[in-house]
Amino acid sequence: MIHALTLILACQLAGETLTRLMGWPVPGPVLGMALLFALMLASPRIAALVIPTGEGILRHLSLLFVPAGVGVVGHVQMLGTQGAVILLALVLSTVLALAVGAGVFVIVARLTGAREDG
Amino acid sequence: MADFTEIWSYLAGDPLIWLAATLIAYVIADAASSRMGRPAWVNPVLIAVVLLGALLWLSDTSYDTYFEGAQFVHFLLGPATVALAIPLWHQRHAFRRALLPVMAALLAGSLTAILSALAIGHALGLSPQLLATLAPKSTTAPVALGISESLGGSPTLTAVLVIVTGIIGALVVTPLMNVLKIRDWRARGFATGVAAHGIGTARALQVHPQAGAFAGIGMALNALLTALLAPWALGLFPR
Repeated sequence: MIHALTLILACQLAGETLTRLMGWPVPGPVLGMALLFALMLASPRIAALVIPTGEGILRHLSLLFVPAGVGVVGHVQMLGTQGAVILLALVLSTVLALAVGAGVFVIVARLTGAREDG
Repeated sequence: MADFTEIWSYLAGDPLIWLAATLIAYVIADAASSRMGRPAWVNPVLIAVVLLGALLWLSDTSYDTYFEGAQFVHFLLGPATVALAIPLWHQRHAFRRALLPVMAALLAGSLTAILSALAIGHALGLSPQLLATLAPKSTTAPVALGISESLGGSPTLTAVLVIVTGIIGALVVTPLMNVLKIRDWRARGFATGVAAHGIGTARALQVHPQAGAFAGIGMALNALLTALLAPWALGLFPR
């Protein structure tokens, strides 16, 4: 478990360092994800090492958003008089983005024959 | 025996109590969600946040004090994001086959998320500063804050909008996809990651492993694309 955690943190650290060094608009952990993915592809041993711990962290991914979410409660008044407009924009645009994104995925998958089971 | 107020004044300043409270609130919320069969409208993040918000208000505790304990949980967001490589690795063959739909859905979903929010906000008279704050709301928090700041928005308010967007996405995705009769787990998950970043991804992981893996990729790719698209999109809505 300690080895897996070390590897995950090392990937995050490498990602943070690289993205700052290059001035890329990507968060360090996202670059770390790409790095870990490349390592897992390169070595089945690394994949086997990291899977149990990594899946343990991911099992309760929802929990990790709770502290930031609690911060929202104190900032609700920041929305001010425009709060209703902003909330409406968020709800409508999220529904639209979900529908368009999934719809385009399904249509292009059908056109290119990229079947779910194929 | 020590006075209760004495114990409380010791505990209230200690990170332990708010770390424990965060976990307890989540365990309660997760048990409620699990017992009811994980329906979309019983969202564990939302329930835990409401419970803790009430607790902070009742005990007159500042968010800074709370965060001293909760930061240990918050810290794990970074490693968890790195760990999203694991579901992606499990789905690597499915992912390779779906490269074209992934790219098309990324572009369509990302553009829709940014442009529709800006169009609605613009039509209803939001200030240019609020539009800049709103533009990156579908992308993961660290990227969204950077974009908001560089466009002249308010990063703090963007952080709030990002989280609210994630919760909205997690609440609506299942009923919406059912109404639209979209059953492809790849499509459902990917669109969720693009529109509702990590909170949407957490929901997708609960529902189906393939949806979770594709949501993780959607979140990662949209972080990159929103950084490129948002400045251009904002320029389409002159004051």
